[in-house]
Amino acid sequence: MKKADAVPFVSARGISKSFAGIEVLRDVDLDLAKGEIHALLGENGAGKSTFAKILAGIHLPTRGTLSLDGRTIEVSSPVAAQKLGITLIHQEPISFPDLSVAENLVLGRSEDGWFSRVPWAEMTIEAQRSMDLLGVHIDVARPMRGLSIADQQMVEIARALASDSRLIIMDEPTAPLTPREVETLFGIARRLRDEGRTIVFISHRLEEVRALCDRVTIFRDGDKVATDTIGNLSDVDIIRLMIGRPLKEYIHKHSAEIGEVALEVQGLTLPGVFHDISFSVRRGEIVGLGGLVGAGRTDVARAIFGVVPATGGVVKVDGKAVHIDEPEEAIALGIALVPEDRAAAGIFRTLPVEQNITAAVPDRIAPTGVIRRAIERSLAQDSVAKLRIRLASLNQPIGELSGGNQQKAILARWLLVDPSILILDEPTRGIDIGVKAEFYDMIGELASQGKAILLISSEMPELLALCDRVLVMAEGRLTAEIARSEASQERIMSAAVPRVEAAA
Amino acid sequence: MSAAETTPQRIAGRGAAPQRSLWHVILVRPETMTLVLLVLAVILASQLSPFFLDISYILRSFTLSAEFAIVALVLTMVIIAGEIDLSPAANMALSTCLFAWAQASGVPMPIAIAIGLVAGLAMGALNAFMVIGLQLPSIIVTIGTLTLYRGLAQIIAGDKSIRMPEWFIGIDKVLVFGVPATVAIFVVVSLVLGLILAGTIFGRQIYQIGTNEVAARYAGIRTRRIKLILFLLMGLAAAIAGMLTASRLGSVRYDLGLGGELQMVLMAMLGGTYIFGGRGTILGTFLAAWLLVVVSTGMTVANLLPAIQLTVLGVLLIVAIIATNLIYSRAQR
Repeated sequence: MKKADAVPFVSARGISKSFAGIEVLRDVDLDLAKGEIHALLGENGAGKSTFAKILAGIHLPTRGTLSLDGRTIEVSSPVAAQKLGITLIHQEPISFPDLSVAENLVLGRSEDGWFSRVPWAEMTIEAQRSMDLLGVHIDVARPMRGLSIADQQMVEIARALASDSRLIIMDEPTAPLTPREVETLFGIARRLRDEGRTIVFISHRLEEVRALCDRVTIFRDGDKVATDTIGNLSDVDIIRLMIGRPLKEYIHKHSAEIGEVALEVQGLTLPGVFHDISFSVRRGEIVGLGGLVGAGRTDVARAIFGVVPATGGVVKVDGKAVHIDEPEEAIALGIALVPEDRAAAGIFRTLPVEQNITAAVPDRIAPTGVIRRAIERSLAQDSVAKLRIRLASLNQPIGELSGGNQQKAILARWLLVDPSILILDEPTRGIDIGVKAEFYDMIGELASQGKAILLISSEMPELLALCDRVLVMAEGRLTAEIARSEASQERIMSAAVPRVEAAA
Repeated sequence: MSAAETTPQRIAGRGAAPQRSLWHVILVRPETMTLVLLVLAVILASQLSPFFLDISYILRSFTLSAEFAIVALVLTMVIIAGEIDLSPAANMALSTCLFAWAQASGVPMPIAIAIGLVAGLAMGALNAFMVIGLQLPSIIVTIGTLTLYRGLAQIIAGDKSIRMPEWFIGIDKVLVFGVPATVAIFVVVSLVLGLILAGTIFGRQIYQIGTNEVAARYAGIRTRRIKLILFLLMGLAAAIAGMLTASRLGSVRYDLGLGGELQMVLMAMLGGTYIFGGRGTILGTFLAAWLLVVVSTGMTVANLLPAIQLTVLGVLLIVAIIATNLIYSRAQR
């Protein structure tokens, strides 16, 4: 942890960026020192990713200058950035899945002509050496496809090192990783820092920033609001700087009356994905489903909802065994699912917000099959008002809204169905802290209206604050059911981490 | 682009995007470019030849491609739903050969027509089975069936032409309110499909499937059923179009409608339908069909060689596609 040198390694002055006339970054001055890990924090849309992309040559700044070792530089493209020793590691690395790890490593580096010989042997040896240098065990001859996201990130990092990058930018690298993988990544990041490289680390998770970073810069609404050493700022300070106001401590206000069993699953099994899953959710109850990414939680939700039905086991709705092969059947039974992957399974990106909100209730907007615009408009307007969705117009393509507002629109879609059972899969992923609190309020209120809620979440505080009971899955099996009074981060975590000897 | 100008938007909230102006909304409509080209073509063609503005001449010219245009309307819906069907021209040939063959071997006309229509539906069903049931890409499936259907037509009809009975010939000469019957059918089908696509849940869900099929399924939309209906409609439309062609030509050969699939795709594309689904309108295809007729008749009355005409059509298509995509991507930024 060196102090900033007299001449900073990278120095940004007055960096501004506009998209379509809207300024998303305003006069940002920032110095990065050699050998530091520097965190960029801020809500979604605060400008931290835009700034990182300007450093990496993906965006050109509208105004402002960058300099490297005191010399003004022009980062006109990602290739130019690479030549200057600047690399951006993507959260979900872009690679060629059918080429080998080694081929992906040397990709785009060849200085030879189109028809020159590919030096396979040298390439493999060199690739293996760089993986060894990182201390990760990946067979470089195998194809990228099938590698975990963590390993794919390692390949990207190895690629950055192979081209001797001195500034490595990691944009939310830890979101898809397991805790153990995060530790490995942090170990490598620290080693790279100690070699004198500079790392820019973008994350939403404060505890990670605290564990890893030396200094932190906070963005809000396109402005840089603070840069300081991490030790000088408390979590409360950081949140206040990020959202511009103190965040009220979320208190569990949930006081719903718990009623009959609404949803019950017994011995639900889909071979190779999940096994013998049994649980129930009562009216007015919020049941959490925790575990690591890939534990099979989403698959259970999708099985109940009929997207990929289970092959064994029973699903009961209001005590009656039901057979659900298609989402439409689940919807008819009063089940709603807010999916994890909003872009892939939730929104119709180019269609108007209005049509996105009413997509699941064709019978309400068109009792005879012909759409009644007035009914549709008023349903959508009510939803927008009730959920406080921020938009310019109901005719706007939903893709133009921020992530949080898109998610609200999807939730609105399912509330129009008036489900008795609501499955929420990572409902607050990628959502600003401020909007998160709104979601928590909404979830609590829905439960108090008597809905049975199954909440899948990777965020421990979310499970602890909201849920009456927490179920935990690991490697396709239920490993724990923890009552609210006994729930703690440690208990959830210890049940979530896969073990050789399965817990009873 | 000063700070003062951006302030109101910032107050409206970071989540809120700016309201679009009216001209912007009109300009990004997929069929706007088609309409502009159509107006330009009419002006240009009437400059080239004073005879051009004879409406009945244009209507008569339209009968030559009206059958394809009718199928292109249904194809537009298939493409918006994110699929494609390249087999309709071959379907026209096979269903019409079956119809003509049955009729020539003494089957009463109503039954012969039924045979043709059922054959068309069956071909649509086969496409649907492979695309929906076997989850194969529709472009590959229908390239396969386009060859298969045309081949079967050749087996049935051989090299001979099958004559139609006198009374069956000449539907394109029948006038409905002064408009040739096939053109009138095209206009009516356009209206009906246009209303269905724009105003019903069925139409709405076609756009939703084409935009994001996974999300559509999660929202409880019966994606498979809707695609099945579309492929069946396609088969039915092709069979009807085939019989209309038989009536116009007076006889049926295996090469009826040869190459028609490209004209149909051309009409849909020229009308602003997005090849990857989710965007497009019946109005666009309707205008594009007229545009093609105006351009080709315009070139004919101006005594341009047929070879040059083809080149002009190709350039037109490319210009239209570039223009629509450019406008659209501008709008997205």
